[in-house]
Amino acid sequence: MAHIAIDADKMTLAEKDALIRICPFSAIRHEGDTLTINAGCKMCRLCVKKYPQFVQLVEESVQGVDKSLWQGVAVYAQLTERGVHPVTTELLGKAKELADVIRQPVYAVLPGHPTDAAARECLRYGADRVYVYDDTCLQNFAVDRYTACLEDFITRVKPCALLFGATSPGRSLAPRVAARFRTGLTADCTKLEMRENTDLVQIRPAFGGNIMAQIVTTRTRPQLCTVRYKIFTAQTPDDHPKGVIVPMALPDGARAGDIEVLHVERKPREVDIAEAEVIVAAGRGVKNQRDLAMLEELAEALGGMLAGTRPMIEAGWLDPRRQIGLSGRTVRPKLIITCGVSGSVQFAAGMRASDTIIAINTDPNASIMSLAHVGIVGDLYEIVPALLKKIREGGGLDV
Amino acid sequence: MNILVFIKQVPDTTSVEVDPVTGVLKRDGVASKLNPYDLFALEQALTLRGDGNVHVLTMGPPQAEQAVREAIYMGADGGTILSDRKFAGADVLATSMTLAAGVRRLGGYDLILCGKQTTDGDTAQVGPETAEHLGIPHAANVLEITDLSDGHVTVRVNMDESIEMLRLPLPCLLTMDKDVNTPRLPSYKRKLAGTGTVDILSLKDFDDRDETRYGLSGSPTQVERVFPPENHTEQVVWDGEHLGERLYDYLKERKFVRGGV
Repeated sequence: MAHIAIDADKMTLAEKDALIRICPFSAIRHEGDTLTINAGCKMCRLCVKKYPQFVQLVEESVQGVDKSLWQGVAVYAQLTERGVHPVTTELLGKAKELADVIRQPVYAVLPGHPTDAAARECLRYGADRVYVYDDTCLQNFAVDRYTACLEDFITRVKPCALLFGATSPGRSLAPRVAARFRTGLTADCTKLEMRENTDLVQIRPAFGGNIMAQIVTTRTRPQLCTVRYKIFTAQTPDDHPKGVIVPMALPDGARAGDIEVLHVERKPREVDIAEAEVIVAAGRGVKNQRDLAMLEELAEALGGMLAGTRPMIEAGWLDPRRQIGLSGRTVRPKLIITCGVSGSVQFAAGMRASDTIIAINTDPNASIMSLAHVGIVGDLYEIVPALLKKIREGGGLDV
Repeated sequence: MNILVFIKQVPDTTSVEVDPVTGVLKRDGVASKLNPYDLFALEQALTLRGDGNVHVLTMGPPQAEQAVREAIYMGADGGTILSDRKFAGADVLATSMTLAAGVRRLGGYDLILCGKQTTDGDTAQVGPETAEHLGIPHAANVLEITDLSDGHVTVRVNMDESIEMLRLPLPCLLTMDKDVNTPRLPSYKRKLAGTGTVDILSLKDFDDRDETRYGLSGSPTQVERVFPPENHTEQVVWDGEHLGERLYDYLKERKFVRGGV
């Protein structure tokens, strides 16, 4: 716990005005002769950094939990029709890395029905113990019943951290659990590290801008976070895993949930850029919707898919399912070629884990250039047609 | 049907940057707007209102009145801002505690609607956490409300690979998916008429005045530092002539295109 204290008595009016202006969230205001900080404050501490002589961060020591009682890194195993969701195997891989730092076990917690195949999959992907809540009432995802299972798991097993995939069920379940335990939950982490004292260092894009925030939950346990699909990498599955499956009894009251699942319909198979191994991404440098045909042709020639930035979708030039970024999809193809994309942090967050990034942009200073493995400073209207011409010529020999 | 709609004022820009040398935030000209996702929740509320009341609730600085007014010009009956110095620096948990305390203070609602996320925080967590504090059920990513009768609501929710149809008892909280309706425009007439009142509530108005539950004190997560995104190390920049041809050779070498031998 801490708060920001401003020693306004020492400040001249000009200094006060300068301090007010420096706050990016307009959270500092005049109040009579003094300055106050209102609810807009995001604790970015810019004021503390810029005016240390007047503004101080006042730390108050608070009794936190006994961290030694909370052991193990747990993953919420999300059941799908085909076993566990791939994000679960990725999280188990990351959980193993984190748990190794503190020499603690990896747990999976698996509510659902039927769970046999999924539980074995969790073992193969690195769980030391898989806690299974299997009951027909858990066959469909119902957030109240699943929360009851996780509450039971946390109360009994006391993991120091619990990771969720940032899927629709994960994003509904994690906040419910976090609020029940009044603990911290960090959304859409792109990087996780473990400290010796079991504090989980969570890094995510923040403030909707070109900023990463490093977030810790030091006073409460468990530490909760969500991570999108395709951010981390699953371990190579072990065909002779040593872990064990621990059947758990359905907690009291879990059966009588408030929420009734009436019906589940499968969505028709959709365009899914997250599955593509090659992506050609269109940005604002594309001048006309017609010109997307050229990029589509390139995507096809490379056996990939066409995707785009938020402005492309907002202009109605591309289907929303083809949007890359925080408000669209996270992709991790082997190759992504961005054409006329400037590279906002939201876009970057959705594709920065790609194996090879090639950026075509006329502006050598565009943010995308700092991400790209190959930054091509030039006009996509010259480069792409020349590339397509070569592909057509070259491809002709081979097909 | 009395409906509460959670809204948030967000920066009308995404141009926040960090100075790579000093590590401090740079942002100029702070224009604000109503979080675009909230418009779908508000539209849904106005459609369902009947002879009831639509009230918007936000936590923020007093300047958030602008966003509340915009909601009123769209058709909301009134709004409340939860504003107090003690709410500063709130994370998801503290924000949801504050909203829950505000909801308890206001009372008398059948349904709470909110947008699925905000454009600045992007967490999509505040709605479900608030529902938990209030002890009411929630459904996230609601595509459609298909029935509202007998003290229950039936909704279709977006679950990535499937669509679930759920029935929840009232009161409950729903987060509306985007593009589920076409939000109406603010009415100039309502603006001229000065319709609707905006109240401000602070900590002293809450039943639970325990300061350690709100703002920075009530936030289990701490932002240790902010920094610009790190970049790849191995990078090359090409410029000049024959870039298309060079790119072809690069792609062929890495077996992305089949090419002549």
